[in-house]
Amino acid sequence: MRTSNWLRSSAATTVLGAALLGIFGGGQAAAQSKQLTLCWAAWDPANALVELGKDFTKQSGIEMKYEFVPWTSYADRFLNELNSHGKLCDLIIGDSQWIGGAAENKWYVKLNDFFAKEKISMDDFVPATVVGYSQWPKNSPNYWALPAMADAVGWTYRKDWFSRPEIQSAFKAKYGRDLAPPKTYDELKQIAEFFQSREIDGKKVYGAYIFTERGSEGITMGVTNVLYNYGFSYDNPKKPYQMQGVVNSADAAKGLEFYKELYKCCTAPGMTNAYMQEGLDAFKSGQVAMQMNWFAFFPGLYKDPNVGGDKIGFFVNPAGPNGHFTQLGGQGISVVATSERKDDALTYIKWFAQPAVQQKWWQLGGYSALKAVVDAPDFPKSAAFAPQFLESMGIVKDFWAEPSYAQLLLDMQKRVHDYVVADKGTSQQALDLLVKDWTKVFKEQGKQVASQ
Amino acid sequence: MDKMTTISQPDDATIASMSEPARSRATRRVRGLSDRTIAWLFVAPTIALLLAINIFPLVWMIRLSFTSLNLSMSYLPLRFVGTDNFTDILGDEDVWFRLQTTAQFVIWSVTFQVIIGFGLALLINRQFRGHSFWTTIILLPMMLSPAVVGNFWTLLLQPQIGPFNYLISLFTGVAPSSFSMTGQVSLAPWTIVLVDTWMWAPYVMLICLAGLRSIPDYIYEAAEVDRASAWRQFWSITLPMAVPFLMLAVLFRAIENFKMFDMVNLLTSGGPGSTTELVSITLKRAAFEKWRTGYSSALAIILFVTVFGAANIYVKALNKVKQR
Repeated sequence: MRTSNWLRSSAATTVLGAALLGIFGGGQAAAQSKQLTLCWAAWDPANALVELGKDFTKQSGIEMKYEFVPWTSYADRFLNELNSHGKLCDLIIGDSQWIGGAAENKWYVKLNDFFAKEKISMDDFVPATVVGYSQWPKNSPNYWALPAMADAVGWTYRKDWFSRPEIQSAFKAKYGRDLAPPKTYDELKQIAEFFQSREIDGKKVYGAYIFTERGSEGITMGVTNVLYNYGFSYDNPKKPYQMQGVVNSADAAKGLEFYKELYKCCTAPGMTNAYMQEGLDAFKSGQVAMQMNWFAFFPGLYKDPNVGGDKIGFFVNPAGPNGHFTQLGGQGISVVATSERKDDALTYIKWFAQPAVQQKWWQLGGYSALKAVVDAPDFPKSAAFAPQFLESMGIVKDFWAEPSYAQLLLDMQKRVHDYVVADKGTSQQALDLLVKDWTKVFKEQGKQVASQ
Repeated sequence: MDKMTTISQPDDATIASMSEPARSRATRRVRGLSDRTIAWLFVAPTIALLLAINIFPLVWMIRLSFTSLNLSMSYLPLRFVGTDNFTDILGDEDVWFRLQTTAQFVIWSVTFQVIIGFGLALLINRQFRGHSFWTTIILLPMMLSPAVVGNFWTLLLQPQIGPFNYLISLFTGVAPSSFSMTGQVSLAPWTIVLVDTWMWAPYVMLICLAGLRSIPDYIYEAAEVDRASAWRQFWSITLPMAVPFLMLAVLFRAIENFKMFDMVNLLTSGGPGSTTELVSITLKRAAFEKWRTGYSSALAIILFVTVFGAANIYVKALNKVKQR
């Protein structure tokens, strides 16, 4: 009898519980109708975006909620979310390389009609950011994102060390030229060698900080800055997906070799798995003379009380023997196709595209891609790194943005790290294996891959 | 309906006046459910849960392993590829390298854990003053989360500020920043063995301690009467009687280390290059970074069959040792 009662009362409790959950769940959903969740990486510009978003809430009455994930797990976390058609994000600032997969898999809302209706023209944005962050297929008028955060790889250096007379004279005595920010990678290596293990203010310092991270994208985002300038291309521009002799050309192999030499000669000990944060730590602690990193971090570095202000200088990624390019970073902002608040999300994009908002975005520490902001006459004087940023955005190249980009990226991470950090094989062998890996990926994807 | 209600609800006095079997039958009728049904009702949620979160995913994974599914390209039609994924994996030189790396990690870490764990158990078993305190201290590492251990050791092993390099420098005179435990090809594999041993030797100690404490005192007393030396007692009594426990510890640790992921991923991310890339890291990369669902399902099945097969052979050997 007791059992029977217990079962009955349990069933009743369950039904009641479910009903209550339904009532309150429904209520919660209703309360959230005027709230948007924006997903991005957890880094300095994200704080600026939170600040900027307050204006949007004031104007529209829509609350902004943010989901920021550290870079090392950013791709895993959000690609998983998009893959599983999750509803966490209404808006997403997705990495440039995701655009192909996001468009093909219909994770993002196509924005062409919206742009036409709201008179948002992609001609108003820096061309490289439109191709890099918005278009799929590339160079076609199909837009899946609004350029949100322009970024590229640049360099910082210790201006105060470079300007010391004793250091300048020692450098001139050794290399026969003035110590100045390098214009070429050969110059950069010389300067790095000069500073390596030098004592400055009683402290041992090191030449350069470069990306070597293995797990996500670090070493690839680092090595490409040298590879591009030595002649590396992802494929033959006349024969798409033809990589043999292009990816693994003799020049590209020399570029890879150079990156390894730079890593061996001139980096601090233990930098075997280091990316953005380790670079910032190394520079802020006064350990390195020059640092490779994303422009996104430069406003924060400039404000740093120990190494910022007059002590820091900036320079564009140096040229190589066969060209002058730099790695594109940055992201576009998209509306997630599974969002239940697409209209509100589009309202946000419309607001974000306004020149006044873009101007404030730049002032707060974000990087606008709007021509009205970056082409303004006073822009180069608006920040110490603004001229270098402008120059860099004119010479950017990006990694594959194919739907299979994750496989392509991880293959490159493995081959390059194996060669540069783990001393496995030669640079030519590493690139030959990379061509083999990439050919396999594209064939699985159903692409025609020409061998020559 | 009325009749049934009358029969199923006898008053308490009527039930009390019945014999025991009759009362039991009546109670069952009262409930309207047999014991077997009630038992099934209690077990059913567990079985349903087991089917839902264990068996169904396993069956689904087996199905996926024969397909070309790649979640980053889910717009492509799903193709049945037969055993292509399995032949791809078994013919892939890289996978074999990763299996070799894993095997080396398992062999070395388990060997050190057994030696150190057994040694510690012998010490703790001596019941010296404060042995409970020391037991707790020794057990601390295994109580920590692998994520904590990974981060904690990453700092300890940092070549410029980590105390580990300074300690080595103190004994060897080598400059602390001249070597990187996690960044050098020659040192990184030993580093993951070192950290895993530090963390799990106490676990082996605990199992061995249980074994040592189960050896009856009278056997040692008899050996004392026969004037057997301590060394002789160890080889003839302690070790043979502790062997089943040691084998059990080896089994548990080998299975766990074959699946090791979190700690190694945090310490080295499989690097430098692919030097410490255990097969579990390869699997994670294939499944959740490259999104090769079909391929990674096949790899997971191969690993499962390998561990399951090896463990079965080992358990049979363990049973034989126990029977001796």
